Amino acid sequence: MELPSKEDTQPKPRLIVRLGVFLASHHILFSVLCCSAGIIALLFLPSLAKSTYLSENALIPGSANPLFSNEDVMEANKFIRGIEAVAGESRGGSVMPKFIAQQIKDLGAEVCYHEFLPHSKHFHPLKFFTSMAKDLPVEPNGTYTNYGTNTIGIIRAPRGDGKEAIVLVTPYNSQRAESNEVLSLALGFSVFSLLSRAAWLSKDIVWLSADSQFGEYTAVSAWLNQYHNPMFLGHPTMLDSKLFDAIHEPDGITEKAEFMDFKRAGTMAAALIFKVGETRNHGDRDSLTMYAEASNGQMPNLDLLNVVHYLAVHRQGFRVNIETINSLLSSAWLRVIAEVIQTLGSLLRKINPDWKLDIKAPDYVEGTANLASSMYNQALGVPTGSHGAFRDYQVDAVSLEFSPTFDLRNENAKSSFIVRGGRLIEGVVRSVNNLLEKFHQSFFLYFLAAPSKFVSVGVYMIPFALLLAPLPIVAAALADSKTKGKSLDGSKTKVSADKMQAEGGSWKWLQAARVLLVIQFWAVIVSLLPYYISQIPDGTPIQSAVIWVVLSIILLIILYTMFGSPYSTGVEWKLLKATMITSISIGLGLMSIINFATAQLGALIVIPMCLFSRPLKARVGKNSFPRAVLLAVNIFIAVVGFPPAALLIVKGVSKGSWTLDIGEFWASMEFLWEWSSATYLYLFLVHLPCWLLCIHVLLHPCRQAGSKVKLE
Amino acid sequence: MAPPARQFSLLSLLILLAAASSAVGVGEEEFTEELLLRPLPDRKVLAHFHFRSSAPPAAAAGRHHHLFPKAISQLVRNFHISELELSFTQGRWNYDQWGGYDPMSTNSAKPPGVELWAIFDIPFTEINATWKNLTHTLSGLFCASINFLESSTAFSAPRWGFKLNPGNLRYGALPREAVCTENLTPWLKLLPCRDKAGIASLLYRPSIYKGYYHSQKLKLTSSRSGGIILDQTLTVVLQPESFSGKQLHSTDGQLHPSWSMEHLFNKRLSGKCLVSKSSRIFVEIEKGIVDKSGSEILWDNEVFVLSTTPDRVLKEIDHMEVQSSSLYEYDVSNYNDEKPLDVGITWKRPRIWSCTPPPYHASRFLMGGGNERGSIALSFLSTNLQKHLFSGSNDCLRKAVVFQVVPWYVKVYYHSLEIFIDGSRKDISEVLDKIHVTPSEDKLSPGTLEMLLRFPCSMQSATLTLDFDKGFLHIDEYPPDANQGFDIPSALISFPEFNSSRTYPGTDPFFVSPLLEDFKEDGVVKSYTEVLLVPLTTPDFSMPYNVITFTCTVLALYFGSLLNALRRRIGEEESELKKTAAKRGLIPLLLAKLRGKKIDKSNSGSSPASPSGSKLLLKVVFVAIVAVVFHYLSNS
Repeated sequence: MELPSKEDTQPKPRLIVRLGVFLASHHILFSVLCCSAGIIALLFLPSLAKSTYLSENALIPGSANPLFSNEDVMEANKFIRGIEAVAGESRGGSVMPKFIAQQIKDLGAEVCYHEFLPHSKHFHPLKFFTSMAKDLPVEPNGTYTNYGTNTIGIIRAPRGDGKEAIVLVTPYNSQRAESNEVLSLALGFSVFSLLSRAAWLSKDIVWLSADSQFGEYTAVSAWLNQYHNPMFLGHPTMLDSKLFDAIHEPDGITEKAEFMDFKRAGTMAAALIFKVGETRNHGDRDSLTMYAEASNGQMPNLDLLNVVHYLAVHRQGFRVNIETINSLLSSAWLRVIAEVIQTLGSLLRKINPDWKLDIKAPDYVEGTANLASSMYNQALGVPTGSHGAFRDYQVDAVSLEFSPTFDLRNENAKSSFIVRGGRLIEGVVRSVNNLLEKFHQSFFLYFLAAPSKFVSVGVYMIPFALLLAPLPIVAAALADSKTKGKSLDGSKTKVSADKMQAEGGSWKWLQAARVLLVIQFWAVIVSLLPYYISQIPDGTPIQSAVIWVVLSIILLIILYTMFGSPYSTGVEWKLLKATMITSISIGLGLMSIINFATAQLGALIVIPMCLFSRPLKARVGKNSFPRAVLLAVNIFIAVVGFPPAALLIVKGVSKGSWTLDIGEFWASMEFLWEWSSATYLYLFLVHLPCWLLCIHVLLHPCRQAGSKVKLE
Repeated sequence: MAPPARQFSLLSLLILLAAASSAVGVGEEEFTEELLLRPLPDRKVLAHFHFRSSAPPAAAAGRHHHLFPKAISQLVRNFHISELELSFTQGRWNYDQWGGYDPMSTNSAKPPGVELWAIFDIPFTEINATWKNLTHTLSGLFCASINFLESSTAFSAPRWGFKLNPGNLRYGALPREAVCTENLTPWLKLLPCRDKAGIASLLYRPSIYKGYYHSQKLKLTSSRSGGIILDQTLTVVLQPESFSGKQLHSTDGQLHPSWSMEHLFNKRLSGKCLVSKSSRIFVEIEKGIVDKSGSEILWDNEVFVLSTTPDRVLKEIDHMEVQSSSLYEYDVSNYNDEKPLDVGITWKRPRIWSCTPPPYHASRFLMGGGNERGSIALSFLSTNLQKHLFSGSNDCLRKAVVFQVVPWYVKVYYHSLEIFIDGSRKDISEVLDKIHVTPSEDKLSPGTLEMLLRFPCSMQSATLTLDFDKGFLHIDEYPPDANQGFDIPSALISFPEFNSSRTYPGTDPFFVSPLLEDFKEDGVVKSYTEVLLVPLTTPDFSMPYNVITFTCTVLALYFGSLLNALRRRIGEEESELKKTAAKRGLIPLLLAKLRGKKIDKSNSGSSPASPSGSKLLLKVVFVAIVAVVFHYLSNS
């Protein structure tokens, strides 16, 4: 009994440690399992989507009979005739706001104008997330002839305390209003006139007819900015030349003052943006498209969408759509996956009837297309409409675009459409009006798989977690195997690693970390470069992009001469890979907090790229077939992982044009930073360094590393 | 007369005593009831009920009252109140449309919710304790949550911003308090006739609660010489439905809706409350309405006609000639069941007029977004009243007093006060004359800001901004349910150089009307701003269970392993290991088996180890299959 006990003098490590060591020793199997499980879980998301339900009982949508009646339709028709007559008389930007203001005033509601300039967006590197909110509404000096005019009508709730307000927005182009825009204005006005008579209001109503000649978002965000961050310096009545030219009477002055001072109405509870879109001739029912994605993957409370969906479908008979990726609907490979999922689901169902995973193949395809669109829009971080401006101020907002199936000259169809649209909006306002608290019950983090189906955060986190799980294990395994050399028995690995650590030979990872830090530093500079490049006057996108690329490469070379290139310092590729994997798991983890969808989509590219990367010159041994496959996969992923290449592929797949245009890359990056999308930060602070490190690993000269080890 | 009366029986003594006391004019308890109706420019009607009960000084009357409510006199006596005002309001007073420069807006326009202030006649050290008792008493008396004003975080002691006082005034407001009939009923109980007779019988609940503004007020003044005076007022703004059925809102080109008392209150008035000394109804017609119809004020002119001939017409003489209105008076005592009174107005032609707005239109709003910080902005917009009033000099300065109470969780940085006048930043010392700040203490007292500002007369707009941080509440300070945010009570802006009092000369000395007396009182023009809603960071209370379980699990894992590592003693463990070498744990055994390795040779039987291992594996697989099959069968 004495001999074995001497062998066991080393204390036996804890179970959890042994488990970790066990996993690390089988890291390849483990990562393959986890990644494939993650991708499978991702594919299962459409069938895991749950039906939406109204979580907040206080909303009670549709419990009151709608008051919107044919009289309001008459009001709307009168409005349409009036505005068309006015617009026909003189073509100018000021007649329509004036007409709307007069109509609002006749209702007995408060009215004011808000004038704004189209502000050019700039890249402010230091105010990345705040730059949207802090823009100056109007430059303090100089005169402008071209500005937009929002018209705002406010109904004060009869017995309300005025603490909260509901905002209705109808965008239109004041320069050239199409008939559908006039119809949406009329819809807005008729609802507003109904609400001005409503006795049940407890929150004030603000109707913003947003002048969308510079874009809807600009108009709405300019108004919101003025609402929340007004400038008291400068003269508020500076741009008033056009509107009041005609008025020379003495009371014109007072009217001007009355219309020009900015009116407010409490904290915003919710906002509803609605517009009538183009007529679509297919389909039997008028349809309604909901847009909800705001900047950086923020979504309004799901309850707001639920109320709209419930009222639109069950009360007013609209067909409700959400955005979808049409190319996916007809793709063959997706149908194959759908069939597989369907059989798998039904099989699982047979095993346990409680697993409701089976989904019909067409449903799955549709769900996937919707989900992909939802995920893509969130990942892009760019709002899908003017509701995004509200979300910047923590106001829940949703955009509704009506697509009528009738010709807009058909009076009967139009009347019935106005009745249903008006009742829908009235119902939503009524539900929100019922709320005594903020929207808080339902979900804020979700993907939409259908207008009435959602995937909540608890479910969509699983694929990401599975994808992320192998990273620390692989990093540990790589670092461990490097310090130790050959793999030993699982239970003893830790022991020998400790020994190595005690000898001080394992501090080599510091060199790898230095390489990583240099590359991160480079990435930060590269991400800031566009700010300076965009200062160059008269630069075409191609020029800017070329300058950007050239500068980046020069910078990289300078940094390498300063700090030494990774190969000269003799970092071993396994250590480099381990450090890279550690940094990428931190980066993805952080990004998943800022914008989950970006992290999820990014993980799909980055994680295989990291895990597969190995030097081209590394000896795999045995036979050449796996080596060739590994090589091919490596090169493929490295190409796909390069952001411009990825952009080209996305463009090629979606539009079918495979022409390489480097200017387009510049334009798309400009698009991202103009919208302060965190995706830009992700691309340049997480993705790009990772890609560069992968390239370093790929091109690693293994001989040197081996000799270094021998030297030691 | 009294000494011989003593020799008679006790009964006659009492009767005579009562007669004697009633004969003495000073010591008499009185009750008057009045109603003022006024058409408003935006097609609405203002109805202002005014009831006054007065009691002689306590010494004269003893503890008994026959008209005056006993609850109130006890309240006054117990808490040594010299003045008190309590108002319940729903809706907002529209200073632009309904007037901001007349006694009505000065006295009856109140902030939404409950507002209570009181002046005590006791040593300063006892005031806070008395206030707390008072809030509880009033809370019970009026079925309202006035007791929330008890907490020291809810009330403040302004010195001059609200009302000049030596420090014995306390002020508190509850902007969120809902007002309904449950508050009206106890208020009516204080009236001698309740709502059974007299003017109070017009208080038809559905119509007074359907109005656009509803403010019920109780004002107490008590002094040693004058006794207690209790003024109860109810101000409502109603929308008379026009006879065509559809409500019309447009302000021009349309005839104003005609209305009558029956139309508004669903009832005609059939006599006064019998114990009232006087009972009158006034119809007030603004000067703007009858302006062009000549100086003669007729109740039947080319613009409108009143449904009943008034008993008297009173013309206001205004010392500034801003606005003069005429009052048509009806004495209710002339009417009875057979001949009920139904005052009404019928419009003959469309008329547009406007009420005089306050000199500056004050509004308050929040700036910024997010849950971290923000700013309060107070904006003044000149209504160009001075131009009409004092044409000429533009070099003068106008005073404005701002009184603002801020709850402690809105941490205002008073040094960040900035003033912008007509679009340019002004030095604070240029505008600020006097300032008194009581900074808030966390969970102890609210912040109070009193400012005296001087604006140049030529100023068109001014904005004051104050930055604040949003504080964190303790978990039990949140309301039990999810909330919309927290309120900042209304600020009070007063303009001490503008006086809204109105006098009606030419009335005979026997004509006593408390309502018109109120109008005559020196009234500084005041306006309340909006209540603000500050969204604070709110923990999601539906989540605690999840959060608690998750955090507890994580903490348990962390502390468990940490503790394990710390308390471990290697030497002992080794000997321990030796002891337990014979009997190994189940999991390592299983793991070792799964890995297909041999177990230690120290086991008793070494040779049959692998067959027994495969047997065990087989057993496990068998049990698993049985379980799956059983599950499948039991479910299908």
